[in-house]
Amino acid sequence: MKDHPFHDVAIAGIHNTRQARVLEGHNGSSIAMEAALGAIADAGLTPRDIDGVIGGGGATDFVYQHRIGPVWRSMSGAGIPAVLEAASAIAAGFARTVLIAAGSAGTYTERAATAPWTRPANEFVVGFGMFTAAEFALIARRHMEVYGTTAESLATVAATIRNNGHVNPEAIYFGRGPFTPQDILDSRMIADPFHLLDCSMTSEGGCALVLTRADIARDLAQPPVYVLGGSTDHYGPAYQNPPSFDLDGRGDPRLVNGWVGRAAARTAFSMCGLRPSDVDVCEFYDPFSFEIIRQFEAFGFCGEGEGGAFVLDGTIEVGGRYPVTTDGGLMSFSHAGAQAQMLQRPIRGAQQMRGECPTRQVEGAAVALCSGGGAGALFTDVLLLGKERP
Amino acid sequence: MTLLVPQSGAIPHPHPTALSQPFWNGLSRGELLFQRCDVCAGATHTPALVCAHCGARQLQWAPSTGRGSVYSWTIVWRPQTPAFTVPYVPIIVDLEEGWQMLSNLVGCAHDAVHVGQAVEVEFHPLTADITLPYFRPR
Repeated sequence: MKDHPFHDVAIAGIHNTRQARVLEGHNGSSIAMEAALGAIADAGLTPRDIDGVIGGGGATDFVYQHRIGPVWRSMSGAGIPAVLEAASAIAAGFARTVLIAAGSAGTYTERAATAPWTRPANEFVVGFGMFTAAEFALIARRHMEVYGTTAESLATVAATIRNNGHVNPEAIYFGRGPFTPQDILDSRMIADPFHLLDCSMTSEGGCALVLTRADIARDLAQPPVYVLGGSTDHYGPAYQNPPSFDLDGRGDPRLVNGWVGRAAARTAFSMCGLRPSDVDVCEFYDPFSFEIIRQFEAFGFCGEGEGGAFVLDGTIEVGGRYPVTTDGGLMSFSHAGAQAQMLQRPIRGAQQMRGECPTRQVEGAAVALCSGGGAGALFTDVLLLGKERP
Repeated sequence: MTLLVPQSGAIPHPHPTALSQPFWNGLSRGELLFQRCDVCAGATHTPALVCAHCGARQLQWAPSTGRGSVYSWTIVWRPQTPAFTVPYVPIIVDLEEGWQMLSNLVGCAHDAVHVGQAVEVEFHPLTADITLPYFRPR
């Protein structure tokens, strides 16, 4: 395998707090604190071992309340970019052990409207009733028109992921299934082609990871999970301009917004000399069912327009070749606020590499591909995690 | 079947910027404007400082025919806020001059929408200062 500075970095600790539709008595900072302490304890460390942090108010509150300054701090938000920046900072020597923590609670109270972070008030969309479901629907509809992708394929994705959550006691929608594709199609329409059960939920919770040097991680409490590679693709601000499948691409139709994440995936794979066929677990971000189909095409698991057929016949179930989003994802596990939930794919990818998932563990899994974002939001982040150091 | 009409409730208002004000002024006069590049003749929207095609800064406001076709669509049944009446139909329109914009479809049944549908702009004042560009079948 190719060498890369990331390969000297590992995820040493992970933690999801309890996730719920509403976490009474918490705000974003307090639940981020719980997540941070959980991830540090998971690693077998103490707060004083942390010398770098990434995150918003929760992470900076953590630094102050534990009096662990001076620390290195990034202004990044969260999600896969935070994991990549932590790996970069450790590889470059800014910090030895970096905490990424985020939490969301108490921000979505006006339930007659869609969640506030799903409807930015930009002048070119605000008068037309746009929110995330409608943005992603415009991408999905274009793909269905061009390639003949069917609502049944979308429903198969949603049923598969929701069934992963159905058996996961830590999922907010534990025990709500099992679901058939027809159950998805029978749920009420939200933004055509998305039925209610094609869409992610909204919820509250905290998520955190601790990354450190691989040589340190090997002596800590958990098996190290190695950062094999990763990158991010962006096409501009989310939810301000028409979410067009054919946007941009620098003149290359293979790199238009509809394939956002393709360039990032190529970079990630090139960092470790792997290919899509080397991936054992696909911890893909699932804001809406179609987005999974799109990612299989964008990341090179199948050809353009072939994703609809690719997800049928059990390929994406645990036991199939490319199991997807094994904890139930945003649809069934949790979708905590705007930031914390972006850490859930890397956390689940790490759980799979550690082989510790109580449900839907992929036997012998050694490589996980995690993602975040989506074409409706004009960005996609990718992260490759491994059980072994390359 | 629901006949699609412009929203009449207290929907949120756009807040123009110095860059976009000419676009909104045009709508108030009944003109749909886009930016035309003096160098490459390419069309740019949303309002920008540089041409989306060649990066030149020589952009001029130009009137669109307001005619185009539906590039993609969705039918919304769960409104963004209760101020919106459902169903409404967000569309991306391919304009004749080679640019795209986001709007809502009106003037036909909600389930008549389809990719490639020929549409033209229709202006609906929201306030004294803001007129929204909707599209209807042509």
